Amino acid sequence: MTNLDPRVIRREFPIFENNPGLVFLDTAASAQKPRSVIDGIAQFYRTDYANVHRGVYRLSARSTELYEEARERTRRFINAEDASEIIFVRGATEAINLVSNTFGPAFLKAGDEVVLTELEHHSNIVPWQLLRDRIGIKIVPVPIEATGGLDMGALEQAIGPKTKLVAVTHLANATGALLPVAAIARLSHERGAKLLVDGCQAIPRMPVDVRAIDCDFYAFSGHKMYGPTGIGVLYGKRDLLNAMPPWQGGGDMIMSVTFEETLYQKTPHRFEAGTPDISGAVGLTAAIDFMEGLGREAILDHEEALTGYGVDKLSAMPGVNLVVAGQRRLGVLSFDVEGVHPHDLATILDSHQVAVRAGHHCAQPLMDKLNLAATARASLGVYNDESDIDALVAAIKDAQEMFQR
Amino acid sequence: MMDLRELYQDILLDHGKHPRNKHALEHPSHFAHGHNPLCGDKVTIYLKLEGDRVEDVSFEGRGCAISTAAASLMTEILKGKTLAEADLMFKAFHAMATGTDGPETPPELEDDMERLEPLAGVKAYPARVKCATLPWHAFEAAVKTGALKSGEASAATVKTE
Repeated sequence: MTNLDPRVIRREFPIFENNPGLVFLDTAASAQKPRSVIDGIAQFYRTDYANVHRGVYRLSARSTELYEEARERTRRFINAEDASEIIFVRGATEAINLVSNTFGPAFLKAGDEVVLTELEHHSNIVPWQLLRDRIGIKIVPVPIEATGGLDMGALEQAIGPKTKLVAVTHLANATGALLPVAAIARLSHERGAKLLVDGCQAIPRMPVDVRAIDCDFYAFSGHKMYGPTGIGVLYGKRDLLNAMPPWQGGGDMIMSVTFEETLYQKTPHRFEAGTPDISGAVGLTAAIDFMEGLGREAILDHEEALTGYGVDKLSAMPGVNLVVAGQRRLGVLSFDVEGVHPHDLATILDSHQVAVRAGHHCAQPLMDKLNLAATARASLGVYNDESDIDALVAAIKDAQEMFQR
Repeated sequence: MMDLRELYQDILLDHGKHPRNKHALEHPSHFAHGHNPLCGDKVTIYLKLEGDRVEDVSFEGRGCAISTAAASLMTEILKGKTLAEADLMFKAFHAMATGTDGPETPPELEDDMERLEPLAGVKAYPARVKCATLPWHAFEAAVKTGALKSGEASAATVKTE
């Protein structure tokens, strides 16, 4: 069907060896880790570890080299122009908070607007509310259409002369709706607004080219793309980053410090105060190696084919309602089973070793819009195949039978 | 892991699908909302106290089978109990649901505690314990802070810890 063979890939993930029979359908929450990432981190600590950017000694130089190599590999991974545009953070949440805390007060004033969509994760809503409470900006949410896609007409209307930033998800975590971010970038730029894209769910599933999108910021987490927790990336256009004030102060982000005045480094070091997650960056390189080894087009083909299979299977089940996801759905199947609460469903699926997420998926405004308190969500990764969907379907049937007694 | 059917027994599914006392009380003396922010489940407990005795208790809300069944069973067994008995039963039930040591319950409450047994299965599912205890937390909040003066419309809200 595609060039990926999930049965072979699965052998690279020790979690499946140690949990026989596990049907893991919660990659949208966090992906499992291949052996190369787990071992790569351990190996780094064993052979090359020291603090970075400080030591004169060779071991520190080697560690620094590996850390900066991760930056360069990440640049290539998303086709940024320059490695200085890659800032290492804890995850996408911290990336967005960095932008709201630095770009926010520097470029926005009271009355200015930040345009969001109803599809956003809380991490792309709450930082803007905190900024609103601090400096009095206005948040303008753009509605989705009845079919689950973003209402592009409404978006066009929402971006006005006061809009300084548009912040949208690339791929909605709660529904799997893929947004046309390049078109949104054009619309934003025509009106003089910057665009931030939350790429958490897109980055593990499809090739991402930040220059083709032409976004001003792109945020993602390492742990959702088969890398370790604790490392994430904020991409920003270089001139924009250099125009932004620092956020956290500390070591590594300064050129010189006196008690009167401190001169700051340029990006990326300006935004990386303190000892960074060095092993996380090394693990991220291993995750990039892993994904590029499979081929990012091949991963996309696999995700699309399996998403299609899942949509067909779940749609054919009586009493199962798929949550709408617009014209293009990728990697996420959010659904509701009539008469079975999502939490009861998830517990019953768990007894079949089928791991899914149940709840509001950190997207309460979207759940309210869809008039759902919660849904069950199955999300896909490179180790999943049709047998996982079949196991999900069988487990749902069991839950339906149990609740029909 | 225990067999799931031990948790989702007929009695629990029956109360989940056909809950008892699921309605508002006309003239409650106390009420409180319970909310589990993790899953969005909501329950409102209505209580009518006569002195320190539960004359009537009912609930409204939306939730999973476990929280609905827990609310339904709770309202059935708490009617006619004193607040001291209710408090003791909550402590004993909480211990039952978390698999920890709880207080001894006197013989006259044994039958009622036995009726709660089916919910003890949640102890094998840590994420579901709060589903079973939410209505009890709301009951406790209603007693402690949910007293209504005549014409008052506000109520206490409790969130699962």
